[in-house]
Amino acid sequence: MKLKLRVWRQPSAATEGKLVDYEIEGVSQDSSFLEMMDVLNEKLIHEGEDPVAFDHDCREGICGMCSMVINGIAHGPKAAVTTCELYMREFNDGDTIVVEPWRAAAFPPIKDLVVNRTALDHIIQAGGYVSVRTGSAPDANNIPIPKDDAEISMDAAACIGCGACVAACPNSSAMLFTAAKVSHLAMLPQGKVERYDRAVLMVNQMDAEGFGGCTNIGECEAVCPKEISLDFIGRLNRELIAGTFKAAGNR
Amino acid sequence: MTTQESSDSKFEVKLGSTKLDSRVPDGPLAEKWDKARFANKLVNPANKRKFDVIVVGSGLAGASAAATMAELGYNVHCFFYQDSPRRAHSVAAQGGINAAKDYQNDGDSIFRLFYDTIKGGDYRSREANTYRLAQVSNNIIDQCVAQGVPFAREYGGTLANRSFGGAQVSRTFYARGQTGQQLLLGAYQALSRQVQAGKVKLYPRSEMLDLVLIDGRARGIVVRNMISGQLQGYAADAVVLATGGYGNVFYLSTNAKGCNVTASWRAYKRGAFFANPCYTQIHPTCIPPAGEHQSKLTLMSESLRNDGRIWVPRKPGDDRPAKDIPESERWYYLEEKYPAFGNLVPRDIASRAAKNVVDAGHGIGPLHNGVYLDFEEAIGRLGKKVITERYGNLFEMYKNITGENPYEVPMRIYPASHYTMGGLWVDYNLMSTIPGLFVIGEANFSDHGANRLGASALMQGLADGYFVISYSMGNYLGGTKLEKVTPTDPAFTEVKREVQARVDKLLSIQGDRTPTEFHRELGKIMWDYVSMARNEAGLKKAITKIAALREEFWEDVKVPGSGDDFNQSLELAGRVADFLELGQLMALDALDRNESCGAHYREEYQTEDGEAKRDDEHYAYVAAWEYAGDDSQPLLNKEPLVFENVKLTQRSYK
Repeated sequence: MKLKLRVWRQPSAATEGKLVDYEIEGVSQDSSFLEMMDVLNEKLIHEGEDPVAFDHDCREGICGMCSMVINGIAHGPKAAVTTCELYMREFNDGDTIVVEPWRAAAFPPIKDLVVNRTALDHIIQAGGYVSVRTGSAPDANNIPIPKDDAEISMDAAACIGCGACVAACPNSSAMLFTAAKVSHLAMLPQGKVERYDRAVLMVNQMDAEGFGGCTNIGECEAVCPKEISLDFIGRLNRELIAGTFKAAGNR
Repeated sequence: MTTQESSDSKFEVKLGSTKLDSRVPDGPLAEKWDKARFANKLVNPANKRKFDVIVVGSGLAGASAAATMAELGYNVHCFFYQDSPRRAHSVAAQGGINAAKDYQNDGDSIFRLFYDTIKGGDYRSREANTYRLAQVSNNIIDQCVAQGVPFAREYGGTLANRSFGGAQVSRTFYARGQTGQQLLLGAYQALSRQVQAGKVKLYPRSEMLDLVLIDGRARGIVVRNMISGQLQGYAADAVVLATGGYGNVFYLSTNAKGCNVTASWRAYKRGAFFANPCYTQIHPTCIPPAGEHQSKLTLMSESLRNDGRIWVPRKPGDDRPAKDIPESERWYYLEEKYPAFGNLVPRDIASRAAKNVVDAGHGIGPLHNGVYLDFEEAIGRLGKKVITERYGNLFEMYKNITGENPYEVPMRIYPASHYTMGGLWVDYNLMSTIPGLFVIGEANFSDHGANRLGASALMQGLADGYFVISYSMGNYLGGTKLEKVTPTDPAFTEVKREVQARVDKLLSIQGDRTPTEFHRELGKIMWDYVSMARNEAGLKKAITKIAALREEFWEDVKVPGSGDDFNQSLELAGRVADFLELGQLMALDALDRNESCGAHYREEYQTEDGEAKRDDEHYAYVAAWEYAGDDSQPLLNKEPLVFENVKLTQRSYK
């Protein structure tokens, strides 16, 4: 395949960025989008130019590191995949492809397509866990958990923390991300003890990081590579309302 | 010196003079761990906060170790190259985690898990370590469930299990095909809680480039901030490496692109011995490469072998589509050869069997580089719904990568580099040959011998991190008089200067070939001569070729950009430079081990029916290599393996 690429280049956070045009040839339909970017970078290095910086690691859709807005869509045109799982057979010979970074106030740029997503870690640190010390756990089968509850919990826990939901949201809200963690833990007996504190603390942190509010647009669900359902935002809101009435989150 | 002599000297093995002390407590196997825990010195709670501990890596081992030590009160500093601890490559483990719970009432026990692991490792691991692993396996499951890991459950609400290779009991706990992710999130959340409590400081996008020793003890690290390029020293009372394996030496592997050997290799060059580097696991069920552009390989979980049947056409070169090949012309070679274990033989055996049939011309797919993993029978027996429930996401993943639907056509699979059993040598307390340097998880060599069983990597990472390292750390810090050091100490300045010189050198060469091109070439040499089947001539060829490639690298590598910037090419170049040195050591280790064992298969040493043939009389030892300078051969130190509780037998899975 022969492709035209328009790639966001920004040398550093302090400098302005712009879209730069490149042409590449000989791209295999069986290569992944990131392998196509590898081809571009090898070419740039040989030509004495700076290769395009982009985040990637596992290249099998689970680490959540890769993060490109492709033709205006976070993780590209195919539903339910990460950028690394997007294959060039989704494109046609001669296509022009625009590649940009995640854009959100809470994700400051680092270089080219790389942004800083530490704000998502801060939301988890605010309360996205069960407070249990190593060594103080009872036998694993002591508390039976209905299979359906475990399944719903797992649906939410599948979030990979890539931040596509934020990148896609017109408000740059991290509501789906936060809702996934709150729901994952609130569905399980082990997580119920701290459920209200957790919801209030995590949402407070989300606001403090500069993420926007949720106005139920649904772009997040549409781009989520793990198909995390909007329903979980409903669950989060329930936890949050109950928590607010209980004046939770004061620890 | 003639050329012949100089190349021969590269094959020479000189013995070191270190007597390795494994510090295994004496007494009966089942009592050793209790005994060690009691004998360990303790640090009183008020004093723990006076100690700083560096943990490098945030995967299962690193995150669980950092969280647990912080809970105890130590000040923990956790460094990792990704932007968040949650992305460490443990996240990609699919199938599950073993434990000797015997919830299935099918005859499991701690001793059986221990025995299966020792046998699976072809009797090349340390009994005491492996037994301890089996002992704490049950605590791990308890811990993870308490953290909210959503393991699969039965309708009655209890935990579900499945079987894995090398075992005849169902002892594997799982969370769909994302067990590693869920366990890592559990550890990451425990870690996050300690960050919030102010007991752990995280250092994202930080790459450890060297280890700093003061008075012979590990006292800190030199780290490159991957955003600013700045080199910075960090001092502590002890250093824990949880930096994973070196499977990326093969270029194509199931590892994440960033996985590398640099932290371990730098420690090796500062005096930590590297044990059994030739023990590398080639996983039998990965998607075969599709062409030159391939940058990594994707694993299809071994759990698929529970229901999938592996076959190739009986007739070599049979290019008919799978559905057109009648049952009688299909060769279920594992089921035929190993009726007792069938498709669930250990990984090394399954991989070699696949290589043998493909080498013999039975390979399938457009490049004839795979074998079939077929679910037709299982879908007929269990229904599509059950199969979707068990493996749905794996099927989706496969379909997305290959464009083929595994519900309709069999999967194509082939072995790929996946895990490394070798790693830095550690004693029973997980301390390396450098006092104060601990190594946990895949980065150490300890528990899996010459082959790791499926669902045991997660178990080992968490065993080391949650349940072993904190005891060792207390013992070390409680029993050692340590002066306070700071990063302004001259030792830090000197190491920083050396690291800077290396970075500058990489940037100054400005040759013609990219780091990736060198990496790919190294990978091909390793795959051709140092992977599933090895022989003397091939290994010698590999050593000579890698030496030449290494030389070329330092003359011709082209690294763009500068050192004071976000520079991914520079990061890769440094890692490839270390892989080049490691590759040579792996081949030397494989050459020196004149036997076959587990994943180390020397064609010269096989039984009549082609299985690995051990030589227990001469090779029942751990090969611990000691760095002796860039221009000298490394020295071989041997830790004899003593078996008091299992009888060494020829592994049989028939």
